[in-house]
Amino acid sequence: MATRTARRRNEATTIDHAPISSEDPDTLRQYLRQMALIRRFEERAAQGYTQARIGGYCHLNLGEEATVVGTMAALHPTDYLFTNYREHGYAIAKGIDPGRVMAELYGRTTGTSKGWGGSMHMFDTEARLLGGYGIVGGQLPLATGAALAVTYRGGDEVVLCQMGDGTTNIGAFHESLNLAVLWNLPIVFLVVNNDLGMGTTVDRSSAEPELFKRASAYRMHGERVDGADVLAVHAATARLVERARTESRPALLEAVSKRLKGHSVVDPARYRSADDVAAARDADPLVRFRAALAAARVFDEAELDTVVAEGRAAADDAVAFAAKSPHPDVATLFDHTYATPVASVARRLPADPIF
Amino acid sequence: MPVLSYREALRSTLREELIRDDNVFLIGEEIGVFEGSYKITEGLLGEFGDKRVRDTPISEEGFVGAAIGAAMLGLRPVVELMTINFSLIAIDQIVNHAAKIYGMFGGQTSVPMVIRMPGGGGQQLGATHSQNIELYYAFVPGLKVVAPSTPADAKALLRTAIRDDDPVLFLENLALYNVKGEVPEDLPTAEIGRAAVTRPGTDITLIGYSRMAAVALDAAEKLAAEGVSAEVVDLRSLRPLDRETLVRSVRRTGCAVVAEDDWLTYGIGAEVAASISEGAFDHLDAPVRRVAAAEVPLPYAKSLEDAALPSVDSVLTAARETLHAVGRR
Repeated sequence: MATRTARRRNEATTIDHAPISSEDPDTLRQYLRQMALIRRFEERAAQGYTQARIGGYCHLNLGEEATVVGTMAALHPTDYLFTNYREHGYAIAKGIDPGRVMAELYGRTTGTSKGWGGSMHMFDTEARLLGGYGIVGGQLPLATGAALAVTYRGGDEVVLCQMGDGTTNIGAFHESLNLAVLWNLPIVFLVVNNDLGMGTTVDRSSAEPELFKRASAYRMHGERVDGADVLAVHAATARLVERARTESRPALLEAVSKRLKGHSVVDPARYRSADDVAAARDADPLVRFRAALAAARVFDEAELDTVVAEGRAAADDAVAFAAKSPHPDVATLFDHTYATPVASVARRLPADPIF
Repeated sequence: MPVLSYREALRSTLREELIRDDNVFLIGEEIGVFEGSYKITEGLLGEFGDKRVRDTPISEEGFVGAAIGAAMLGLRPVVELMTINFSLIAIDQIVNHAAKIYGMFGGQTSVPMVIRMPGGGGQQLGATHSQNIELYYAFVPGLKVVAPSTPADAKALLRTAIRDDDPVLFLENLALYNVKGEVPEDLPTAEIGRAAVTRPGTDITLIGYSRMAAVALDAAEKLAAEGVSAEVVDLRSLRPLDRETLVRSVRRTGCAVVAEDDWLTYGIGAEVAASISEGAFDHLDAPVRRVAAAEVPLPYAKSLEDAALPSVDSVLTAARETLHAVGRR
């Protein structure tokens, strides 16, 4: 089964970007720096988790850096982003200071959600990241509604809605795709296919394992891209995002990549074969991109080392910022229950009487 | 003073709010071309067009979620769910998203939306279409839940709910749509989180919300003929719950009956009784009695359905027994 899927996947993958040597070197440098930053950031997040500085669930973008950086580079700053719970890298690549992202993991007031959200629930109004969401599929109707609001107001923003492969099996996925086509909404649904919903493979969970084809049930354009190729991801996303912007039509992009580690920090991924893990390592998007840059002689090794070091240093700075940020004051516990103040709200701690 | 039906109070308020604020739009199943399953949106598609009055496919999770997303960008959607029973299909979006988005993201974005939905049995619609499950939402911090029992309150609370920046679940009732009542031209603003004493009295407090607040008033009228002065408290808001008002009443009357259309065990009345126990213990002359639906999936057959649902007679029975226990009759 796995072999069959892998073969199909390769057949359907689009490789449509220009040669690397024709790309703007500053852009390439920025991609590499961001990918290195996200790689290091996630390694530091895992470390912080094992040191009990980070609690809850913690899902990492390790192995998905090319998809994260390629998609985010295709958005305008005013475009909206909704993601699932594996969103640290997206938050950074959408323009949020990495320190604030790490501070959210640390549960500090300087975090993206002031310490109320944690790993799965990043948000930033200014960067237009309208939420990481912990319920599989929960973000899809919301993103669809955001796109509806854009058309309601006659705006030219696009909504990008990220999800994992497992999400394509939940009802909200199908309802949202249907609504997006019916209402001609400027939204791109991004399916990050790492072949594993926790430990369940796409073959075992999806009757149509070529996930991009699911769009066709709604007469929506769907396509697949190699999610480990940052330039291919960027090209495909940019094309679909601009099509959404100019034609107000939704699309689905499936980005196929390998998860380098377990589902979350605490998952040793014993269900994966040695071959699969080796394949994931071989497909490492960061290694691959750096090798491609070296082979194309865009930068020499020293320059590459410098760019990677800059990215890694930014992640280390994020940890330092988080560690010295203040914890929320318990007095703020009731600050965010309602936006409009209302009578009769019980502001009581567990042992308090109500009268 | 103008007399309006509960239905007309809702319809006219939706119309006024659509005129007042371009950000307000209506969304739901069969609200446009069909003009609403219960005709609350009659004429509105024709007047405002399909941008402001948006028909949806049968996708409760999808369109409730879409309304939340639109609200996050500053629009003010008013969702119609055909009945509260169908809210169960959208409960992830209501409970995990609408209720959480303001707090979970540290107060960065609010969700200014209303979800209107009728509850109520008594129409021989059977078990899946006759539920009173407002408790599911009244349980959740971050949501506001209101349940008006009169045309005037329906108008005032809907207006307040639409202008509120939080998700407000607006409970209507199938049995109330045709009820008529006076609605003043200069209707005072309603406040969410405030109960109302709808009839003053001294001997016993009758507490209800939505249909049962109206039933409690009927019961008080009948008790008056028996020489009993019953005070009626209409909760109006289920979250937040105005404990002060109901406790203040029971501190004076010394006994209470709470009437609810939902099931007794863990129901709204349980919370009311517990609040009275904590806030008026020294004033209570008898245990708080609860009148609630029989704990069965509501049957279709009229004889069974009638037996299962609370009525004026069941409120009267509980009230008379309570009054007898405290020696007031």
